Amino acid sequence: MSKQSFSSWYKSGTPWVWLNAGAVSISLVMVVGLLLLIGVRGLSHFWPADVMEVSYTEPNQQAEVLIGEVIETETVPASQLKRAGVELAEGQISAERVLVKVGNRDYFGMDFRWVNAPWLGEASYPEELLSIERREWGRFYGRLVAVKQKGKVVATGDDAYDELQLRLSRSNNIIDEIKDLEYAEIGKINHGIESLRLDKRQLELEGVAEGSIQYADLTEARKKFDDDYSELQKELAVLYADLGRDQLVVKMSDGQEVEMPLAKIVLIHRPNAMGVVEKIGFYGHAVWEFVSGDPREANTEGGVFPAIFGTIMMVMIMAVLVTPFGVIAAVYLKEYAKQGPLIRLIRIAVNNLAGVPSIVYGVFGLGFFVYFLGGNIDELFFQASLPSPTFGTPGLMWASLTLAILTVPVVIVATEEGLSRIPRAIREGSLALGATKAETLWRTVLPMAAPAMMTGLILAVARAAGEVAPLMMVGVVKLAPALAVDNIAPYLHLDRQFMHLGFHIYDVGFQSPNVEAARPLVYATAILLVFIIIGLNLVAIQIRNRLRETYKASES
Amino acid sequence: MSEQQATAARAIDINSMQRGSKMTMADETNCLEVKNFNLFYGDKQALHGINMTIPKNRVTAFIGPSGCGKSTLLRCFNRMNDLIDTVNIEGEMLLDGENLNAPSVNVADLRRQVGMVFQKPNPFPKSIYENVAYGLRLQGVNDRATLDNVVEKSLKGAALWDEVKDRLHESAMGMSGGQQQRLVIARAIAIEPEVLLLDEPASALDPLSTLKIEELIHELKEKYTIVIVTHNMQQAARVSDYTAFMYMGDLIEFGPTDELFTNPQKKQTEDYITGRYG
Repeated sequence: MSKQSFSSWYKSGTPWVWLNAGAVSISLVMVVGLLLLIGVRGLSHFWPADVMEVSYTEPNQQAEVLIGEVIETETVPASQLKRAGVELAEGQISAERVLVKVGNRDYFGMDFRWVNAPWLGEASYPEELLSIERREWGRFYGRLVAVKQKGKVVATGDDAYDELQLRLSRSNNIIDEIKDLEYAEIGKINHGIESLRLDKRQLELEGVAEGSIQYADLTEARKKFDDDYSELQKELAVLYADLGRDQLVVKMSDGQEVEMPLAKIVLIHRPNAMGVVEKIGFYGHAVWEFVSGDPREANTEGGVFPAIFGTIMMVMIMAVLVTPFGVIAAVYLKEYAKQGPLIRLIRIAVNNLAGVPSIVYGVFGLGFFVYFLGGNIDELFFQASLPSPTFGTPGLMWASLTLAILTVPVVIVATEEGLSRIPRAIREGSLALGATKAETLWRTVLPMAAPAMMTGLILAVARAAGEVAPLMMVGVVKLAPALAVDNIAPYLHLDRQFMHLGFHIYDVGFQSPNVEAARPLVYATAILLVFIIIGLNLVAIQIRNRLRETYKASES
Repeated sequence: MSEQQATAARAIDINSMQRGSKMTMADETNCLEVKNFNLFYGDKQALHGINMTIPKNRVTAFIGPSGCGKSTLLRCFNRMNDLIDTVNIEGEMLLDGENLNAPSVNVADLRRQVGMVFQKPNPFPKSIYENVAYGLRLQGVNDRATLDNVVEKSLKGAALWDEVKDRLHESAMGMSGGQQQRLVIARAIAIEPEVLLLDEPASALDPLSTLKIEELIHELKEKYTIVIVTHNMQQAARVSDYTAFMYMGDLIEFGPTDELFTNPQKKQTEDYITGRYG
């Protein structure tokens, strides 16, 4: 009886359904788990955590005061503590250990500290504790003592906080102005001077005699730039003097008072005094700063905007390059080439190209695109600027091209698939109206295969946006001095190096001097990269759905 | 039931119209001529020494069991078989006295003269208007007024205008099967071919749509030479002036429809039309 029911249960297919559903749920759980992990770790970084003040007494040592944020707590077995020289009470098997971010790296030597929970006193969260984000040396925690203007105290005590915020926003405004001047104006002048230098070199190459009229023109233009520059220098000097006006005196946890210029500070807040709404506002602001700001301190602080921009830019240029190339190749393979062993071989080769390790493409890109193509382009078109290379060096264009080669098999395969799905009746219908094969392809078959091409493109974009290894050889850098798009003609600078979120993650996580401080940023950048790839895909899928709607085939 | 009766009544009406005068081949102007035509799919011979003359402005039907080569022969008239690599042909096929397989013939031009409608409706996934204008656009006609004019005329010619005139710019995929087939006919006549090849044009349609197509064929023969392949002998009897019976790649019998159906000369023809095999 039971055997019968088991076999009928087996035959009914129920176990299969369970197996399949199980596989799907496991995949789902893994994906959600992954996103949750990096999401929680990354996004919690921007939350203004409370700053704790606590006394800490190691045995046979003087008590000290710690001010900082609790980062994590872990339980350590007694044996391990013993090795570290910590004796626990008899019978206790383990104790808690707390990682506290104490900041003030320039004074304490390290901004993270493991402390043993049993030796900690009662923690308190006084509202007046300041959390200061500095341009250098990371976070600073302390109590506000006074605000000074040119060395003279202008405010002390509790009023000083409002005064401080006013002066801080003033100094931040000045910094923005300085940045504008330095990047935009002086950048333009530098660009002008550089192009003058190139013009001059060109004249030399062409053998124009020294002292001829062309040289005079150049000298005159150069003089104008120099004048502009000294004008700007003066303006900048004034701004810098303004910027140095205010200082701040803070008392650290050990009672020492430190003076720091406001110019070195990005943001000051009092997390313990903030309500939930305020904190949410602060959080939003911090996330926005992360997404839109420039990186600071070897990428461990500040934003990742250049990396976002570089990633999207590269993917888009890659898409623009790979689509026509892949589609044309697929059309030839599917429609025109005589199907035979050679084409089969080519098709196998194309499919296998997708399996070549990406770093190999990087090596190829470096050898072929950068050194060979780029080198030749430089010799032909940018001779004046040699020996410093223009295109003969890793850059956005070569990175995009390398990724285009990496992803072209995907586009070819998807397009071929799409072409073979166009019903023969449609082709014959077009041919029967007197269309040539090319006209049929162009007017009917290709538009109908467009959704399949988009599918290929979606896969290509997903792959390219996540690729890091080859990029390290053909254009990605830790810190790019300028974006690839700016206000200097030709506006899009394909020869420039760029930043990339994937590489940024690697760089922040493994190459930064301050690993503890950088770790949350690794997660934050990772979740951002995931969101960007999802975003790019959603756009492409939207386009594909629209195309599908337009070119619905007769069968479906 | 009443609908069926009406259909039958109209069908009979058509029959009586075309059976008015007795026709003989000798009186007709030749349109297509087939001389000693053989066709091979690789090693396999599909057509054996076909000889026939298709008269102008008449409806010629090809009947025969599946696989007898009637569609293959039809597809030779506009060289659709060129698309199949393994096909080889021998013999001549003339359109108005010109060998249509001659190397000098431009296939696209030939297909403009010899239009074709397929078994399953195959409108392009474009608007109704663009479907009809497709052939003209291929010829480089982009003038709005000309196109409007031709589209209207063709849709009227295919008896579709009244049904679609208010939604010309909607997708053709939203039409019914019968409408789609008439749209395909409109698309074919928009470029004013000389010959119209119909490959089982009504086999995928319901009886009412079939009747409409048959009526349409009857009207179209005023202007075009029509060659139709059909499985349905009643249909052949209803719409055609001449009928060719094919079997196993051979043309068994070819003559005026009346004679072929009432007084077949060959035993095989008789067997087939009386339903003894096929």
